[in-house]
Amino acid sequence: MTTAEGLAGPTRDTAPADHLSAGRARRRRADNLRGWLYCSPFLVAFLLFLIWPTVYGLWMSFTGTSLAGTNTGFVGLANWKEALGDPEVWSSLGNTAWFTILSTIPLVLVAMLLAVLVNIGLPGQWFWRLSFFLPFLLASTVVSQFWNWMYNPQLGLINTFLGWFGITGPAWLQDPSTAMISVVITTVWWTVGFNFLLYLAALQNIPDQLYEAASLDGAGGWRKFLSITLPQLAPTTVLVLVLQLLASLKVFDQIYQMTSGGPGGSTRSILVYIYEAGFTGYRLGYASAISYIFFFLILIVSIAYMVISSRRSVKA
Amino acid sequence: MSAATPTSPALGTSVPAVKAPAVSLSVTRRWKKPTPARIIAFVILAVLALSWLVPVLWAALTSLKTEAEAAAMPVSIIPDSGFTLKAYANVLSEGLVPRWAWNSLITSAAVTAITVTISALAGYALSRLRFAGRTMLISLIIASIMIPGQILIVPLFQLMLSLNLVDTLWGIILPQVVAAPMVFILKKFFDQIPFELEEAALMDGASRFRIFRSIVLPLSRPILGAVAIFVFIGAWNNFLWPFIVVNDANLMTLPTGLQTVISAYGIQYAQNMAQAVLAALPLIVVFMFFQRQIIKGIATTGIAGT
Repeated sequence: MTTAEGLAGPTRDTAPADHLSAGRARRRRADNLRGWLYCSPFLVAFLLFLIWPTVYGLWMSFTGTSLAGTNTGFVGLANWKEALGDPEVWSSLGNTAWFTILSTIPLVLVAMLLAVLVNIGLPGQWFWRLSFFLPFLLASTVVSQFWNWMYNPQLGLINTFLGWFGITGPAWLQDPSTAMISVVITTVWWTVGFNFLLYLAALQNIPDQLYEAASLDGAGGWRKFLSITLPQLAPTTVLVLVLQLLASLKVFDQIYQMTSGGPGGSTRSILVYIYEAGFTGYRLGYASAISYIFFFLILIVSIAYMVISSRRSVKA
Repeated sequence: MSAATPTSPALGTSVPAVKAPAVSLSVTRRWKKPTPARIIAFVILAVLALSWLVPVLWAALTSLKTEAEAAAMPVSIIPDSGFTLKAYANVLSEGLVPRWAWNSLITSAAVTAITVTISALAGYALSRLRFAGRTMLISLIIASIMIPGQILIVPLFQLMLSLNLVDTLWGIILPQVVAAPMVFILKKFFDQIPFELEEAALMDGASRFRIFRSIVLPLSRPILGAVAIFVFIGAWNNFLWPFIVVNDANLMTLPTGLQTVISAYGIQYAQNMAQAVLAALPLIVVFMFFQRQIIKGIATTGIAGT
């Protein structure tokens, strides 16, 4: 009984050191108080800034609370009914889903590719990591500024580059047919570094013996990648995929900053719409109702992940 | 509570008794012989890595041009009239960039100090103290991780209005200190620390808090550093919340201040890029010096947090 778990477990009272048990009982009573005491600073913040807003937001969704000062009080399900019948809500959800699909696939695959390439162990490790990970450390506003400038139709580097080959590039962010893909490219550039790191750490945890044994059996590099690397990366891929889905569903910053949801609402994500409804439209109650619809979608993804991962661990 | 917030996180130091989460991003120093396959891989990697830097380099290049050169057609990569620091001089003399940088620094530092302190205390209690309601509390904290903070902006703003914290730095700081994943990461780390050390100290009559401060915290320096790095970078780059809670330009952080300037300056491209580069510079410099620690910190918390 040397570990903390052991001391605290049910076997604690039957521990051989009987002369200690009186002291332990006293300590346990003290621990009861101390436990809550130590947790209290966190708990105050937790209840005030997380749990209370979660509950209060739900209540607000049933009220006509407005930033303009007019509060029509309890309105029942009116906000919810309106939200579910609002075509803007559905198109924003559609845009969010489309952004999530378009961004998640490259953010998983490119991250894996970069990590595998870097993990070969070629000279220049410091530089590779700097290049791929550095953008992740930049604030969204900085990233948006950089890419607004890249995408500038006349003066941007992308269209200048295309011009050298006689191609007239589109007005990337102002054209409804290219705005979304432009935001996606920026997002991949910005955030792939995080997934890259998770893959890199996973690759370095694959035992060398596996590769050595495969080499003895005459397996080539490609064979080893398919039969060892990919299966060994599977848990990481599930993790990266879910984290990425959740992150992509919550897209706000770069869309708000680069296109404000335009042109013509073609890039408006659900969070951008919530912001518009609440803080430019002043309808806080209505924005809360949409927030909760979005919350349920996030919950579905999270719960699906928990179910999948608990099944996995049962199998293993 | 300075003990809980490491001023110089010695991430490299390994504690023999404690097994840190298995994240080893080691660098192989001995290069293998170049084969055709390795040369091809090297070329692919070099092209990718360089193209990844292009947006940053292009912005830096533009920031060193005059406004006329930056807006000149056709676009020239290297300006005819040479480089100038004029855009930077303008930004630093007219704009609020230094002010925003200062606001960013103090809000991020405060968020980090408070988050690490309260999370470590709670994590320790949840790991070591058997108190009534402990398991319920753990479940509640874990479940709360699923609440996306972004959906709370509306009720949080209302709360800040009633607390009179709108347009204050505390309004930026306080809602960011709740980091349920960090409590959980720290709890898991404390769980791994062998109990013998603490038990011996308890027998000697040391108080719980003393044990926490002089045994547990020093052993946890690597994970505290990792959490601090993660929290600091998140706070430094946070956009949505500071953008909503602060409207006074003097109280803005770098990310939000920059956003207001995009609309205000309009087509002063060189100046816009100079601002963006200035805003990016502190983290780039810090990253160049502490690459290993930052990468390890992000990878550790990123993996352990899930």
